Amino acid sequence: MQLVEKMKKATRRKQMKTYGVVLAAFVIIEILSLTGNLPNILAGQLVTLCAYAIAAISLNLVVGISGELSLGHAGFMCVGAYTSGLFTKCMQPVIPNSNVRFLLALLIGIVAAGVIGFLIGIPVLRLRGDYLAIVTLAFCQIIKNVFQAFYIGLDSTGLHFSMRDQFSIKMAADGKVIASGPQGITALSRDSSFIAGMILLLITLFIVQNLINSRDGRAIMAIRDNRIAAESVGISITKYKLMAFTTASAMAGAAGVLYAHGFATLNSSAYDFNKSILILVFVVLGGMGNILGSVVAAVILTVLPEMLRFLDAYRMLIYAIVMIVMMLVNWSPKALELREVYTSRFKKKTGKEA
Amino acid sequence: MSAMLEVKNLGISFGGLRAVNEFNLTIEKGMLYGLIGPNGAGKTTVFNLLTGVYKPSEGVVMLDGENITGKSTIEINKAGVARTFQNIRLFKQLPVLDNVKAGLHNEMKYSMLSSIFHTPAYRKVEKEMDEKAMELLKVFGLDGFADVAAANLPYGEQRKLEIARALATNPKILLLDEPAAGMNPNETQALMDMICFVRDHFDMTILLIEHDMRLVSGICEELTVLNFGETLCKGKTAEVLSDPRVITAYLGN
Repeated sequence: MQLVEKMKKATRRKQMKTYGVVLAAFVIIEILSLTGNLPNILAGQLVTLCAYAIAAISLNLVVGISGELSLGHAGFMCVGAYTSGLFTKCMQPVIPNSNVRFLLALLIGIVAAGVIGFLIGIPVLRLRGDYLAIVTLAFCQIIKNVFQAFYIGLDSTGLHFSMRDQFSIKMAADGKVIASGPQGITALSRDSSFIAGMILLLITLFIVQNLINSRDGRAIMAIRDNRIAAESVGISITKYKLMAFTTASAMAGAAGVLYAHGFATLNSSAYDFNKSILILVFVVLGGMGNILGSVVAAVILTVLPEMLRFLDAYRMLIYAIVMIVMMLVNWSPKALELREVYTSRFKKKTGKEA
Repeated sequence: MSAMLEVKNLGISFGGLRAVNEFNLTIEKGMLYGLIGPNGAGKTTVFNLLTGVYKPSEGVVMLDGENITGKSTIEINKAGVARTFQNIRLFKQLPVLDNVKAGLHNEMKYSMLSSIFHTPAYRKVEKEMDEKAMELLKVFGLDGFADVAAANLPYGEQRKLEIARALATNPKILLLDEPAAGMNPNETQALMDMICFVRDHFDMTILLIEHDMRLVSGICEELTVLNFGETLCKGKTAEVLSDPRVITAYLGN
């Protein structure tokens, strides 16, 4: 039982470290921005940073914890972004309080993305490996394109839809266009804030870390490690795969809501394949199943391109090189060995606990 | 009183291949039963039929009076059949403790909300799980390895862990698929003692597949010999092993 206590303590320490790093980053950024020292590049990126970090954590739940390669994560962000964007656009005149409006938009985005994730998960999770990756990728593109085809208007009699063009909506004279096809939703109220993003990030961390250290998380990881053995001890594959996938989709929806409300224009073409890959890169670089790693990788890889703007044409070249170096330094056996040596030396200096 | 496991006329074909044909088996409670036969005889197929990995083409499987024919692996496990695998299948990245706790999945439960919010129910059940899992690990001398990733265990300990995990599901019958595969004579001897211990300590009924004749003749009370999917003969261990048909099947004419 002593060993069990030790394991528990180690898990708790790891969790606290994650919360600690995130909170510390929050405090530092707040202090910088209050004293007016926050670089402009960073100030404009704060909401995006939180959104990407949430998306990366949720994708880690699918890729790292549940062990299924999904390339459609931006699709679920898109669902959250678009549904909540529609709501905000419609309710802008009705609900003046932006915090209340954002909270409701968030709920709508999360539920919509969760439901879509669940529905897509049912057929898709029957597949494995490369096949799953390709089909999720396809669904992501479908979601994006479907939203691009919508023309939606609002007048005194209610909502009007069309898939043809803006003039086919057939609104009354007082109507206004809410979403116009490929142009998306414009003049959207920018309701999200860094604090809202931070709170959401902490909630996401809380849910994911607690889930991993529970009966359900154990079942999900057991299936990842050995599907046949998991079944042989009575763990339902479908149930837990769906649980991980749906939870992750709902969180991606939250990230989408946050991201979309950071800009005045919402265009679903932003949530394409490239964004899915970007989020996957965060997860892979941060380490599969490593939650804190996802957050750190998301922050570094989002801020870096902005920091490198002075390099002009060489920007993406350097960005790519930095990515490769990060990958090598983080996960090569030699680097891991070196890290081990230094951490043990550090621990010896500070005293107890190996 | 009916037998613990009763199999009647079990059969399955893969395409034109008759993998198992008219397989009959009766195992009384507390018995240590062996299933032997040359390679490709259909032993593991029988296991897969009993545990629902394959659905039998015909035949009936009764567990302690309950018909479990054609049910899913999960339902069959819940009904009380646990197994180990010929090629070890552990949850490699999980610690040893969590492997056993995964086995307790359906024994001790709490809701998903408890999982997320770590409610008092979570804490209470997790504590019970820890205690039960450690108790099981102690039986197999694995309690010192609780925090080690299962993949990093020595081979012999991995086999033990698989048995511990199977026992965690609180089965009525335990199916062991070649538990002594890859073990040296000393390890095999220790394994034999352990299997007998498990039978006595947990009051377990055990059906095992094995190639190692020393193990089979040492601990099995009764045997069934399979050859090309057909039952060659069955009965008391000593009688079966001296049967000329069995010797022919193994060694040829």
